[in-house]
Amino acid sequence: MMTADVIVIGAGIIGSASAYYLAKKGLKVIVLEKSDIIGNGGSSRNGGGVRQSGRDPREIPIAMYGIKNLWPHLSEELGYDVEYHQDGNLRLGKTPKHLETLKKLADKASAVGLDVRMIDADEVKEINPYLSDEVIGASWCPTDGHANPLKATLAYYMAARKLGVTFITGQDVTEIKKIRGKARAVVTQDDVYEGDSIVLAAGFASRKIAGTIGIDIPMISKLIECLVTEAEPPMFNQMLGTAEADFYGHQTNHGSFVFGGSTGFEMYKKDNGTPVNYSDTVPCICRGIIRYVPQLRDAKIVRSWAGWSDNMSDGVPIIDKVDEVPGLILACGFTGHGFGIAPGVGTVISQLVTDEDPVCDISGLRYDRFYAKDVAAGKAV
Amino acid sequence: MNELSNRSRDIGEFIPQPDDDMIVCRCEEVTKGEIRKAVHEGLWTIAEIRRYLRCGMGLCQGQTCAKLVKGIVARELKVSPALLEPATSRSPMRPVEMHVFAKETEDTDL
Repeated sequence: MMTADVIVIGAGIIGSASAYYLAKKGLKVIVLEKSDIIGNGGSSRNGGGVRQSGRDPREIPIAMYGIKNLWPHLSEELGYDVEYHQDGNLRLGKTPKHLETLKKLADKASAVGLDVRMIDADEVKEINPYLSDEVIGASWCPTDGHANPLKATLAYYMAARKLGVTFITGQDVTEIKKIRGKARAVVTQDDVYEGDSIVLAAGFASRKIAGTIGIDIPMISKLIECLVTEAEPPMFNQMLGTAEADFYGHQTNHGSFVFGGSTGFEMYKKDNGTPVNYSDTVPCICRGIIRYVPQLRDAKIVRSWAGWSDNMSDGVPIIDKVDEVPGLILACGFTGHGFGIAPGVGTVISQLVTDEDPVCDISGLRYDRFYAKDVAAGKAV
Repeated sequence: MNELSNRSRDIGEFIPQPDDDMIVCRCEEVTKGEIRKAVHEGLWTIAEIRRYLRCGMGLCQGQTCAKLVKGIVARELKVSPALLEPATSRSPMRPVEMHVFAKETEDTDL
Protein backbone atom coordinates (compact mmCIF):
# COMPACT_ATOMS: atom_id res chain seq x y z
CA MET A 1 0.00 0.00 0.00
CA MET A 2 1.17 3.52 -0.83
CA THR A 3 -0.12 6.66 0.84
CA ALA A 4 -0.10 10.34 -0.11
CA ASP A 5 -1.98 13.53 0.67
CA VAL A 6 -3.87 13.25 -2.61
CA ILE A 7 -4.55 10.35 -4.97
CA VAL A 8 -5.38 11.54 -8.49
CA ILE A 9 -7.09 9.03 -10.77
CA GLY A 10 -6.22 9.71 -14.40
CA ALA A 11 -2.97 11.02 -15.91
CA GLY A 12 -4.53 13.06 -18.67
CA ILE A 13 -4.05 16.81 -18.80
CA ILE A 14 -6.68 17.39 -16.07
CA GLY A 15 -5.10 14.88 -13.67
CA SER A 16 -1.55 15.91 -14.49
CA ALA A 17 -2.29 19.63 -14.18
CA SER A 18 -4.09 19.05 -10.86
CA ALA A 19 -1.09 17.04 -9.64
CA TYR A 20 1.27 19.79 -10.73
CA TYR A 21 -0.56 22.58 -8.87
CA LEU A 22 -1.04 20.36 -5.80
CA ALA A 23 2.67 19.53 -5.71
CA LYS A 24 3.44 23.24 -6.01
CA LYS A 25 1.47 23.74 -2.81
CA GLY A 26 3.76 21.20 -1.15
CA LEU A 27 1.35 18.25 -1.11
CA LYS A 28 2.42 14.67 -1.71
CA VAL A 29 0.57 13.32 -4.74
CA ILE A 30 0.22 9.93 -6.42
CA VAL A 31 -1.35 9.79 -9.90
CA LEU A 32 -2.81 6.48 -11.10
CA GLU A 33 -3.26 5.87 -14.82
CA LYS A 34 -5.08 2.92 -16.37
CA SER A 35 -3.18 3.05 -19.63
CA ASP A 36 0.52 2.25 -19.91
CA ILE A 37 0.80 5.65 -21.63
CA ILE A 38 0.51 9.07 -20.00
CA GLY A 39 -2.17 11.28 -21.57
CA ASN A 40 -3.43 8.57 -23.90
CA GLY A 41 -7.09 9.54 -23.85
CA GLY A 42 -8.81 12.73 -24.90
CA SER A 43 -5.84 14.83 -23.75
CA SER A 44 -3.81 13.69 -26.75
CA ARG A 45 -6.81 13.32 -29.00
CA ASN A 46 -8.30 16.77 -29.46
CA GLY A 47 -7.99 19.76 -31.76
CA GLY A 48 -5.87 21.85 -29.39
CA GLY A 49 -8.34 24.71 -29.11
CA VAL A 50 -7.73 27.21 -26.30
CA ARG A 51 -10.90 29.15 -26.67
CA GLN A 52 -13.56 30.93 -24.68
CA SER A 53 -15.99 31.59 -27.52
CA GLY A 54 -18.54 28.93 -28.39
CA ARG A 55 -18.69 27.75 -24.80
CA ASP A 56 -21.58 27.40 -22.40
CA PRO A 57 -21.64 30.52 -20.17
CA ARG A 58 -21.18 28.25 -17.11
CA GLU A 59 -17.64 27.35 -18.14
CA ILE A 60 -16.62 30.70 -19.63
CA PRO A 61 -15.24 32.07 -16.31
CA ILE A 62 -12.72 29.23 -15.96
CA ALA A 63 -11.81 29.49 -19.67
CA MET A 64 -11.28 33.25 -19.35
CA TYR A 65 -9.24 32.86 -16.19
CA GLY A 66 -6.82 30.42 -17.82
CA ILE A 67 -6.40 32.45 -20.98
CA LYS A 68 -5.75 35.63 -19.04
CA ASN A 69 -3.54 34.24 -16.30
CA LEU A 70 -2.09 30.82 -17.12
CA TRP A 71 -1.71 30.07 -20.84
CA PRO A 72 0.40 33.15 -21.75
CA HIS A 73 3.33 31.99 -19.60
CA LEU A 74 2.62 28.24 -19.39
CA SER A 75 5.70 27.23 -21.41
CA GLU A 76 7.95 29.19 -19.05
CA GLU A 77 6.12 27.94 -15.98
CA LEU A 78 6.41 24.25 -16.94
CA GLY A 79 9.81 24.44 -18.65
CA TYR A 80 8.53 22.88 -21.91
CA ASP A 81 7.18 24.57 -25.03
CA VAL A 82 3.43 23.97 -25.26
CA GLU A 83 3.19 25.94 -28.56
CA TYR A 84 0.56 28.36 -27.32
CA HIS A 85 -0.78 30.88 -29.83
CA GLN A 86 -3.25 33.62 -29.07
CA ASP A 87 -4.25 34.66 -32.57
CA GLY A 88 -8.01 34.47 -32.33
CA ASN A 89 -10.86 32.15 -33.24
CA LEU A 90 -12.95 32.58 -36.38
CA ARG A 91 -16.26 30.75 -36.50
CA LEU A 92 -17.39 30.96 -40.09
CA GLY A 93 -20.78 31.31 -41.71
CA LYS A 94 -21.94 31.01 -45.33
CA THR A 95 -25.67 31.74 -44.98
CA PRO A 96 -27.81 34.23 -43.02
CA LYS A 97 -28.99 31.30 -40.92
CA HIS A 98 -25.38 30.46 -40.01
CA LEU A 99 -24.82 34.05 -38.94
CA GLU A 100 -27.92 33.90 -36.77
CA THR A 101 -26.55 30.81 -34.99
CA LEU A 102 -23.19 32.49 -34.51
CA LYS A 103 -24.73 35.70 -33.23
CA LYS A 104 -26.72 33.85 -30.60
CA LEU A 105 -23.55 32.18 -29.32
CA ALA A 106 -21.64 35.45 -29.41
CA ASP A 107 -24.38 37.33 -27.54
CA LYS A 108 -24.43 34.73 -24.77
CA ALA A 109 -20.66 34.97 -24.36
CA SER A 110 -20.66 38.79 -24.46
CA ALA A 111 -23.23 38.77 -21.68
CA VAL A 112 -20.65 37.18 -19.36
CA GLY A 113 -17.94 39.62 -20.36
CA LEU A 114 -16.15 37.98 -23.29
CA ASP A 115 -14.90 40.09 -26.21
CA VAL A 116 -16.49 38.23 -29.12
CA ARG A 117 -18.24 39.97 -31.99
CA MET A 118 -19.72 39.42 -35.43
CA ILE A 119 -17.62 40.56 -38.38
CA ASP A 120 -18.43 40.86 -42.09
CA ALA A 121 -16.87 39.15 -45.11
CA ASP A 122 -14.30 41.93 -45.68
CA GLU A 123 -13.04 41.77 -42.13
CA VAL A 124 -12.90 37.97 -42.27
CA LYS A 125 -10.78 38.19 -45.45
CA GLU A 126 -8.49 40.70 -43.79
CA ILE A 127 -7.88 38.31 -40.92
CA ASN A 128 -7.58 35.23 -43.11
CA PRO A 129 -7.15 35.73 -46.88
CA TYR A 130 -7.22 31.97 -47.57
CA LEU A 131 -10.92 31.56 -46.88
CA SER A 132 -13.50 30.91 -49.59
CA ASP A 133 -15.48 33.82 -51.07
CA GLU A 134 -18.62 31.99 -49.97
CA VAL A 135 -17.92 33.00 -46.37
CA ILE A 136 -20.24 35.94 -45.64
CA GLY A 137 -19.33 36.55 -42.02
CA ALA A 138 -17.98 35.09 -38.81
CA SER A 139 -17.84 35.46 -35.09
CA TRP A 140 -14.43 36.66 -34.00
CA CYS A 141 -12.85 36.25 -30.59
CA PRO A 142 -9.38 37.79 -30.74
CA THR A 143 -8.22 36.40 -27.37
CA ASP A 144 -8.86 32.76 -28.31
CA GLY A 145 -6.08 30.56 -29.63
CA HIS A 146 -4.61 27.10 -29.68
CA ALA A 147 -1.78 25.03 -28.27
CA ASN A 148 -0.23 21.60 -28.81
CA PRO A 149 -2.24 19.13 -26.71
CA LEU A 150 0.36 16.36 -26.99
CA LYS A 151 3.09 18.61 -25.65
CA ALA A 152 0.97 20.47 -23.08
CA THR A 153 -0.26 17.23 -21.52
CA LEU A 154 3.22 15.73 -21.31
CA ALA A 155 4.61 19.08 -20.10
CA TYR A 156 2.29 19.04 -17.08
CA TYR A 157 3.26 15.40 -16.44
CA MET A 158 7.00 16.04 -16.71
CA ALA A 159 6.82 19.19 -14.58
CA ALA A 160 4.73 17.44 -11.91
CA ARG A 161 7.14 14.48 -11.91
CA LYS A 162 10.02 16.90 -11.37
CA LEU A 163 8.19 18.30 -8.34
CA GLY A 164 8.11 14.81 -6.86
CA VAL A 165 4.68 13.56 -7.95
CA THR A 166 4.60 9.76 -8.29
CA PHE A 167 2.93 8.58 -11.50
CA ILE A 168 2.01 4.90 -11.74
CA THR A 169 0.77 3.62 -15.09
CA GLY A 170 -1.11 0.41 -15.87
CA GLN A 171 -3.25 0.87 -12.77
CA ASP A 172 -6.88 0.08 -13.48
CA VAL A 173 -8.93 1.47 -10.60
CA THR A 174 -11.58 -1.03 -9.57
CA GLU A 175 -13.00 0.73 -6.55
CA ILE A 176 -12.95 3.78 -4.30
CA LYS A 177 -13.56 2.85 -0.66
CA LYS A 178 -14.65 4.85 2.34
CA ILE A 179 -12.74 4.57 5.58
CA ARG A 180 -14.47 6.06 8.63
CA GLY A 181 -17.01 7.84 6.45
CA LYS A 182 -14.47 9.43 4.10
CA ALA A 183 -13.37 8.41 0.63
CA ARG A 184 -9.80 7.38 1.24
CA ALA A 185 -8.71 4.12 -0.41
CA VAL A 186 -8.28 3.64 -4.14
CA VAL A 187 -8.12 -0.03 -5.11
CA THR A 188 -6.46 -1.16 -8.34
CA GLN A 189 -5.82 -4.63 -9.72
CA ASP A 190 -2.33 -4.54 -8.14
CA ASP A 191 -2.45 -2.46 -5.01
CA VAL A 192 -4.33 -0.14 -2.65
CA TYR A 193 -3.49 3.56 -2.49
CA GLU A 194 -4.63 5.81 0.34
CA GLY A 195 -4.98 9.58 0.43
CA ASP A 196 -6.78 12.30 2.37
CA SER A 197 -8.34 13.48 -0.89
CA ILE A 198 -9.16 11.65 -4.09
CA VAL A 199 -9.41 13.53 -7.37
CA LEU A 200 -11.32 11.61 -10.04
CA ALA A 201 -10.20 12.82 -13.48
CA ALA A 202 -10.46 9.66 -15.55
CA GLY A 203 -12.50 10.90 -18.48
CA PHE A 204 -15.39 8.63 -19.39
CA ALA A 205 -14.01 5.90 -17.09
CA SER A 206 -14.86 8.24 -14.19
CA ARG A 207 -18.48 7.12 -14.44
CA LYS A 208 -17.72 3.50 -13.60
CA ILE A 209 -15.27 4.44 -10.85
CA ALA A 210 -17.62 6.98 -9.23
CA GLY A 211 -20.31 4.30 -9.39
CA THR A 212 -18.31 2.15 -6.97
CA ILE A 213 -18.96 4.74 -4.27
CA GLY A 214 -22.58 5.41 -5.16
CA ILE A 215 -22.26 8.48 -7.37
CA ASP A 216 -23.58 8.48 -10.91
CA ILE A 217 -22.36 10.92 -13.53
CA PRO A 218 -24.74 11.36 -16.47
CA MET A 219 -22.36 11.08 -19.39
CA ILE A 220 -21.77 9.04 -22.50
CA SER A 221 -18.71 8.62 -24.71
CA LYS A 222 -18.51 10.10 -28.17
CA LEU A 223 -15.97 9.44 -30.90
CA ILE A 224 -13.76 12.32 -32.00
CA GLU A 225 -11.84 11.94 -35.26
CA CYS A 226 -9.09 14.12 -36.70
CA LEU A 227 -6.75 14.25 -39.65
CA VAL A 228 -3.22 15.61 -39.92
CA THR A 229 -1.63 16.99 -43.09
CA GLU A 230 2.02 17.11 -44.07
CA ALA A 231 3.85 20.34 -43.23
CA GLU A 232 2.62 23.26 -45.34
CA PRO A 233 4.16 26.72 -45.60
CA PRO A 234 2.85 28.99 -42.80
CA MET A 235 -0.64 30.19 -43.82
CA PHE A 236 -2.59 31.39 -40.79
CA ASN A 237 -2.54 31.18 -37.01
CA GLN A 238 -6.22 31.47 -36.09
CA MET A 239 -8.30 28.61 -34.83
CA LEU A 240 -11.08 27.93 -37.37
CA GLY A 241 -14.55 26.57 -36.87
CA THR A 242 -17.88 26.84 -38.67
CA ALA A 243 -21.50 27.46 -37.73
CA GLU A 244 -22.42 24.11 -39.23
CA ALA A 245 -19.52 22.28 -37.55
CA ASP A 246 -18.22 21.05 -40.93
CA PHE A 247 -14.72 21.03 -39.47
CA TYR A 248 -12.47 22.76 -36.93
CA GLY A 249 -8.73 23.08 -36.59
CA HIS A 250 -5.55 25.05 -37.03
CA GLN A 251 -2.04 25.00 -38.44
CA THR A 252 0.60 23.85 -35.96
CA ASN A 253 4.11 25.25 -35.39
CA HIS A 254 5.39 22.26 -37.32
CA GLY A 255 3.41 23.40 -40.38
CA SER A 256 0.96 20.52 -40.45
CA PHE A 257 -2.74 21.21 -40.15
CA VAL A 258 -4.83 19.35 -37.58
CA PHE A 259 -8.52 19.28 -38.47
CA GLY A 260 -11.39 17.54 -36.77
CA GLY A 261 -14.98 17.09 -37.81
CA SER A 262 -18.02 14.92 -37.62
CA THR A 263 -20.41 12.85 -39.71
CA GLY A 264 -23.38 12.91 -37.36
CA PHE A 265 -22.84 9.35 -36.15
CA GLU A 266 -20.39 10.21 -33.35
CA MET A 267 -22.75 9.09 -30.59
CA TYR A 268 -23.28 5.70 -32.22
CA LYS A 269 -19.77 4.44 -32.92
CA LYS A 270 -18.53 1.05 -31.78
CA ASP A 271 -16.00 0.73 -29.02
CA ASN A 272 -13.82 -2.33 -29.42
CA GLY A 273 -11.48 -1.14 -26.70
CA THR A 274 -9.44 1.00 -29.05
CA PRO A 275 -10.61 4.16 -30.75
CA VAL A 276 -10.37 3.66 -34.53
CA ASN A 277 -11.18 5.91 -37.46
CA TYR A 278 -14.31 5.26 -39.46
CA SER A 279 -13.86 5.26 -43.22
CA ASP A 280 -16.45 7.98 -43.85
CA THR A 281 -15.25 10.59 -41.35
CA VAL A 282 -11.96 11.82 -42.81
CA PRO A 283 -13.51 12.20 -46.30
CA CYS A 284 -16.33 14.21 -44.73
CA ILE A 285 -13.87 16.47 -42.88
CA CYS A 286 -11.89 16.93 -46.13
CA ARG A 287 -15.00 18.10 -47.96
CA GLY A 288 -15.72 20.56 -45.17
CA ILE A 289 -12.20 21.97 -45.28
CA ILE A 290 -12.06 22.31 -49.07
CA ARG A 291 -15.37 24.21 -49.07
CA TYR A 292 -13.93 26.79 -46.68
CA VAL A 293 -10.17 26.77 -47.45
CA PRO A 294 -10.00 25.81 -51.15
CA GLN A 295 -6.22 26.08 -51.31
CA LEU A 296 -5.82 23.10 -49.03
CA ARG A 297 -7.38 20.70 -51.57
CA ASP A 298 -3.92 19.50 -52.60
CA ALA A 299 -2.55 19.20 -49.05
CA LYS A 300 -1.58 15.62 -48.30
CA ILE A 301 -3.00 13.81 -45.31
CA VAL A 302 -0.33 11.79 -43.50
CA ARG A 303 -2.43 10.30 -40.75
CA SER A 304 -5.76 10.24 -38.99
CA TRP A 305 -6.66 9.36 -35.45
CA ALA A 306 -9.64 8.95 -33.18
CA GLY A 307 -10.40 9.25 -29.48
CA TRP A 308 -13.29 9.20 -27.06
CA SER A 309 -14.66 12.27 -25.38
CA ASP A 310 -16.69 12.15 -22.17
CA ASN A 311 -19.93 13.95 -22.93
CA MET A 312 -22.03 15.24 -20.07
CA SER A 313 -25.79 15.32 -20.51
CA ASP A 314 -25.80 19.14 -20.39
CA GLY A 315 -22.48 19.75 -22.16
CA VAL A 316 -20.30 21.08 -19.34
CA PRO A 317 -18.05 19.21 -16.89
CA ILE A 318 -18.36 18.55 -13.18
CA ILE A 319 -15.67 20.33 -11.19
CA ASP A 320 -16.77 19.92 -7.61
CA LYS A 321 -16.50 18.28 -4.20
CA VAL A 322 -19.09 15.62 -3.48
CA ASP A 323 -20.98 16.38 -0.24
CA GLU A 324 -22.16 12.80 0.29
CA VAL A 325 -18.64 11.43 -0.13
CA PRO A 326 -16.23 13.66 1.80
CA GLY A 327 -12.74 13.49 0.34
CA LEU A 328 -13.93 12.89 -3.24
CA ILE A 329 -13.46 15.61 -5.87
CA LEU A 330 -14.77 15.18 -9.40
CA ALA A 331 -13.19 16.64 -12.54
CA CYS A 332 -14.74 14.88 -15.50
CA GLY A 333 -17.31 15.13 -18.29
CA PHE A 334 -15.39 17.76 -20.26
CA THR A 335 -17.47 16.95 -23.35
CA GLY A 336 -14.69 17.38 -25.88
CA HIS A 337 -13.61 20.85 -24.81
CA GLY A 338 -11.54 20.23 -21.70
CA PHE A 339 -8.08 20.81 -23.13
CA GLY A 340 -8.28 24.60 -23.30
CA ILE A 341 -9.50 24.97 -19.72
CA ALA A 342 -7.14 22.37 -18.23
CA PRO A 343 -4.69 24.84 -16.64
CA GLY A 344 -7.60 26.62 -14.94
CA VAL A 345 -9.15 23.32 -13.87
CA GLY A 346 -5.85 22.09 -12.38
CA THR A 347 -5.57 25.33 -10.42
CA VAL A 348 -9.14 25.15 -9.14
CA ILE A 349 -8.85 21.46 -8.21
CA SER A 350 -5.75 22.22 -6.14
CA GLN A 351 -7.80 24.90 -4.34
CA LEU A 352 -10.74 22.57 -3.71
CA VAL A 353 -8.34 20.05 -2.15
CA THR A 354 -6.85 22.66 0.19
CA ASP A 355 -10.24 24.24 1.01
CA GLU A 356 -9.42 27.58 -0.58
CA ASP A 357 -11.95 29.64 -2.50
CA PRO A 358 -11.62 28.88 -6.23
CA VAL A 359 -10.00 31.66 -8.29
CA CYS A 360 -13.01 31.77 -10.59
CA ASP A 361 -16.71 31.00 -10.57
CA ILE A 362 -17.37 27.27 -10.94
CA SER A 363 -20.82 27.33 -9.37
CA GLY A 364 -22.44 26.18 -12.63
CA LEU A 365 -20.31 23.03 -12.68
CA ARG A 366 -21.63 21.34 -9.56
CA TYR A 367 -22.21 17.56 -9.41
CA ASP A 368 -25.79 17.89 -8.12
CA ARG A 369 -27.17 20.12 -10.89
CA PHE A 370 -29.03 17.35 -12.72
CA TYR A 371 -32.82 17.28 -12.47
CA ALA A 372 -35.59 15.66 -14.47
CA LYS A 373 -36.78 17.97 -17.25
CA ASP A 374 -40.01 19.04 -15.55
CA VAL A 375 -38.18 19.89 -12.33
CA ALA A 376 -35.47 21.73 -14.27
CA ALA A 377 -38.18 23.74 -16.03
CA GLY A 378 -39.76 24.59 -12.68
CA LYS A 379 -42.97 22.72 -13.56
CA ALA A 380 -42.91 20.02 -10.89
CA VAL A 381 -45.54 20.46 -8.20
CA MET B 1 2.95 -3.74 -12.75
CA ASN B 2 6.23 -3.89 -14.61
CA GLU B 3 9.50 -1.96 -14.74
CA LEU B 4 7.79 0.84 -16.62
CA SER B 5 4.85 1.40 -14.25
CA ASN B 6 6.34 3.51 -11.50
CA ARG B 7 7.62 6.56 -13.29
CA SER B 8 9.70 7.57 -10.28
CA ARG B 9 11.94 4.49 -10.62
CA ASP B 10 15.60 5.59 -10.62
CA ILE B 11 17.11 5.09 -14.08
CA GLY B 12 20.28 7.03 -13.32
CA GLU B 13 21.56 10.34 -14.65
CA PHE B 14 21.61 11.40 -18.28
CA ILE B 15 25.20 10.91 -19.43
CA PRO B 16 26.13 12.56 -22.76
CA GLN B 17 27.41 10.19 -25.47
CA PRO B 18 29.67 11.05 -28.43
CA ASP B 19 27.01 10.17 -31.04
CA ASP B 20 24.15 12.07 -29.41
CA ASP B 21 23.87 14.39 -32.40
CA MET B 22 23.23 11.47 -34.77
CA ILE B 23 19.88 11.85 -36.56
CA VAL B 24 17.60 8.88 -35.86
CA CYS B 25 14.28 10.08 -37.33
CA ARG B 26 15.17 11.49 -40.73
CA CYS B 27 11.72 12.86 -41.57
CA GLU B 28 11.54 15.05 -38.47
CA GLU B 29 15.30 15.32 -37.79
CA VAL B 30 15.25 13.98 -34.25
CA THR B 31 18.62 13.04 -32.74
CA LYS B 32 19.64 10.18 -30.50
CA GLY B 33 20.54 12.64 -27.75
CA GLU B 34 17.08 14.22 -27.83
CA ILE B 35 15.45 10.79 -27.50
CA ARG B 36 17.74 9.79 -24.61
CA LYS B 37 17.10 13.10 -22.84
CA ALA B 38 13.33 12.69 -23.21
CA VAL B 39 13.53 9.32 -21.44
CA HIS B 40 15.24 11.04 -18.51
CA GLU B 41 12.46 13.66 -18.48
CA GLY B 42 10.01 10.82 -17.81
CA LEU B 43 8.81 9.77 -21.26
CA TRP B 44 9.04 5.99 -21.03
CA THR B 45 6.81 4.79 -23.85
CA ILE B 46 7.23 5.04 -27.61
CA ALA B 47 3.90 6.87 -27.87
CA GLU B 48 5.00 9.55 -25.40
CA ILE B 49 8.39 10.00 -27.09
CA ARG B 50 6.68 10.31 -30.46
CA ARG B 51 4.13 12.84 -29.23
CA TYR B 52 6.80 14.98 -27.58
CA LEU B 53 9.63 14.84 -30.15
CA ARG B 54 7.65 14.00 -33.33
CA CYS B 55 9.97 11.12 -34.26
CA GLY B 56 7.86 8.78 -36.39
CA MET B 57 5.33 11.52 -37.20
CA GLY B 58 6.82 12.61 -40.51
CA LEU B 59 6.15 11.49 -44.06
CA CYS B 60 7.21 7.88 -43.47
CA GLN B 61 5.20 7.68 -40.21
CA GLY B 62 8.01 5.86 -38.43
CA GLN B 63 8.49 3.08 -40.92
CA THR B 64 12.23 3.83 -40.97
CA CYS B 65 13.11 4.78 -37.38
CA ALA B 66 10.60 2.93 -35.19
CA LYS B 67 12.95 0.04 -34.38
CA LEU B 68 15.93 2.31 -33.76
CA VAL B 69 13.93 4.53 -31.39
CA LYS B 70 12.71 1.47 -29.50
CA GLY B 71 16.27 0.20 -29.05
CA ILE B 72 17.51 3.55 -27.76
CA VAL B 73 14.63 3.94 -25.29
CA ALA B 74 14.97 0.34 -24.03
CA ARG B 75 18.71 0.74 -23.41
CA GLU B 76 18.15 3.99 -21.55
CA LEU B 77 15.49 2.37 -19.32
CA LYS B 78 17.54 -0.82 -18.95
CA VAL B 79 14.59 -2.97 -20.04
CA SER B 80 14.00 -5.44 -22.86
CA PRO B 81 12.77 -3.79 -26.08
CA ALA B 82 9.99 -6.39 -26.04
CA LEU B 83 8.47 -4.52 -23.08
CA LEU B 84 7.93 -1.41 -25.22
CA GLU B 85 4.76 -1.31 -27.30
CA PRO B 86 5.25 0.12 -30.80
CA ALA B 87 3.42 3.33 -31.64
CA THR B 88 0.03 2.91 -33.30
CA SER B 89 0.06 2.69 -37.09
CA ARG B 90 -2.37 5.15 -38.58
CA SER B 91 -4.16 5.40 -41.90
CA PRO B 92 -3.54 6.31 -44.66
CA MET B 93 -0.52 4.09 -45.41
CA ARG B 94 0.86 6.70 -47.84
CA PRO B 95 0.17 10.46 -47.90
CA VAL B 96 -3.07 11.16 -49.80
CA GLU B 97 -4.27 14.52 -51.15
CA MET B 98 -7.30 15.99 -49.45
CA HIS B 99 -9.35 16.23 -52.68
CA VAL B 100 -8.71 12.53 -53.36
CA PHE B 101 -9.76 11.54 -49.86
CA ALA B 102 -12.82 13.78 -50.21
CA LYS B 103 -14.15 11.77 -53.17
CA GLU B 104 -15.77 9.15 -51.05
CA THR B 105 -19.01 9.59 -52.95
CA GLU B 106 -19.45 9.83 -56.71
CA ASP B 107 -21.46 13.02 -56.83
CA THR B 108 -19.10 15.34 -55.01
CA ASP B 109 -18.14 18.47 -56.94
CA LEU B 110 -14.82 18.91 -55.17
